[in-house]
Amino acid sequence: MTLFIEQCLNGLQFGLLLFLLAAGLTLVFGIMDLVNLAHGSLYMLGAYFAATFTAVTGSFLLGAGLAIAATLLVGMLVEVVAMRRLYGRDHLDHVLGTFGLILFFDELVRLVWGPEGRSLPVPSWLNQSIQILPGIQYSAYRLAIIVVTLAVAAFLYVLVMRTRLGMLIRAGATNREMVGALGVNIKLLYTLVFGLGAALAGLAGLMQAPILTVQIGMGENILILAFVITVIGGIGSIRGAFVAALLVGFIDTLGRAFFPGFLADLLGRQAASTAAPALSSMLIYILMAVILVAKPQGLFPASSR
Amino acid sequence: MSRSFTFRNGVIAALLLVLILLPAYVMLTGDRFLLTLFTRIVILAMAAVSLNLILGYGGMMSFGHAAYLGIGGYTAAILCFEGIQSGFVQWPAAIAVSALFALVVGALSLRTRGVYFIMITLAFAQMAYYLASGMARYGGDDGLAMESRSQFAGLLNLSNKTTFYYVCLALLFASLFLVWRMTNSRFGLVLQGVRSNETRMRAIGFPTFRYKLAAFVIAGVMCGLSGALIANHTDFVSPAMMFWTRSGDLMVMVVLGGMGTLFGPVFGALALLFLEQFLPAMISAMVRPFNPAGAAKAGEYWQIVLGPLLLIIVLFARGGIDGLLGTLSRHLPGSSERGHG
Repeated sequence: MTLFIEQCLNGLQFGLLLFLLAAGLTLVFGIMDLVNLAHGSLYMLGAYFAATFTAVTGSFLLGAGLAIAATLLVGMLVEVVAMRRLYGRDHLDHVLGTFGLILFFDELVRLVWGPEGRSLPVPSWLNQSIQILPGIQYSAYRLAIIVVTLAVAAFLYVLVMRTRLGMLIRAGATNREMVGALGVNIKLLYTLVFGLGAALAGLAGLMQAPILTVQIGMGENILILAFVITVIGGIGSIRGAFVAALLVGFIDTLGRAFFPGFLADLLGRQAASTAAPALSSMLIYILMAVILVAKPQGLFPASSR
Repeated sequence: MSRSFTFRNGVIAALLLVLILLPAYVMLTGDRFLLTLFTRIVILAMAAVSLNLILGYGGMMSFGHAAYLGIGGYTAAILCFEGIQSGFVQWPAAIAVSALFALVVGALSLRTRGVYFIMITLAFAQMAYYLASGMARYGGDDGLAMESRSQFAGLLNLSNKTTFYYVCLALLFASLFLVWRMTNSRFGLVLQGVRSNETRMRAIGFPTFRYKLAAFVIAGVMCGLSGALIANHTDFVSPAMMFWTRSGDLMVMVVLGGMGTLFGPVFGALALLFLEQFLPAMISAMVRPFNPAGAAKAGEYWQIVLGPLLLIIVLFARGGIDGLLGTLSRHLPGSSERGHG
């Protein structure tokens, strides 16, 4: 039971973290109609920036803040230099162009930080366990991730649904020309949205960094997960991304933890030990295939946003 | 297709001649490495040709095409591991398994379109990737070595590098011939019609889903066979050959060479693998005058050039190499080719 609650919390934490990545992707897709494979590179940059800035300043919070600002700037720069030219193009162009950016960023990181991975230690004041329920301990750092991501999700909700900027963002997604004709600087708006997505990716990267190692290519696996989430949730829908991120986080974490045991009961230990590792990694892709076959536009199609 | 002599056709003829005569050159100079490189180019060109059939002619943006390389390769290597070394079993099995996989993936994915299609094909390729990583008996993450190359009952000895090269080249030519025949047939014309406007094709009565699915399976089969060739070439298969960046590489080859053109993918495979092979040395040579000490090291960072290069090609040279040759053909004197593509 203890293990089950702990794994549920892990699933929640992973799901919320994935939401940060997926939210940026889905915002950029919903508003600029842009498929951005290089989103994983921004996640990686966030982690590298945090590792460096934390080492320089000696403070995790200060390092994290600087890293988010740096990723935001890099994101805006990428938008101005490259992405802006891709709007209105074929999706295939987006995939290939941003694939080129992945190669560029991977190599750039290798040039600047070297081929060895970095580690970002958990700050000492979070490096402990907290008793959350009688008899159940949980890592304070993972708990902090849950709190921060929930706060960011709430912030995003207020930003998009309750502010003037959010109104413009939503309007820009519906009809770009009309918003432009009404005198809104749509180019600047797009740059800001892309920067926001980049900052979210950077935040996700730096928070995940102490749990995993900071290394080149760290963004590539998780990028695919984030794409799975945006697709399951319905591309362009932040609400869909939130629901799908939690779904994927839970299924992936619980699947890895409990699916092998479940299979062993079902098929016998021998067969399970060969099939389980592959099947539990495949679970979310199976989920995605099933959802897309049933609902080709995802759970929350953009039209009903 | 214009039959008159143009600059483009001249370059294509030269390329084919180089591919055919390469082993003779290698025999004269003893440059074995060149033969290995070109075998790899020919095999991947075949995979790119198969992707071009659905991507270039059919407009289906499959982002999971490397899965078929892995499936074909694993089928051959697993049969070899289990003691069945005959190529007469291995290769048809590779074809059958990739056909089955393509049939299932195609039947499910072709219900979606646009980005959803890109992502669902990617998801199926990831499933294949994790399946291969999970097969403990066949090496899991570490991959599986192929003890001996496919046996063809004394007819062909694939361990002979020249023989193997010609087998690969013959299969590449067969694929090109097949794609050429198909794209000029009713089937291919319907497929290209679907690329341009699927709603209209359906409105005039074509069951477009069946046409697309058939093309999807044919492409999967061709790519699966080239996977069996790769397994024979490197004597090794691993899940890494199915990772999504490999699918990206195949897409790059198709676009770099020229989408929806017969020889484009061959140019693309040649160009990408040449860049991979020679760009490091070129960068070193360029850096040397400024910083002799760091020149060798600078070459290691060749992808920092390749990435932006890709972006530039996507932005400014959509026709790829084939489009470039076409433009040159029109501007060179004595050319009769009208602009197409």
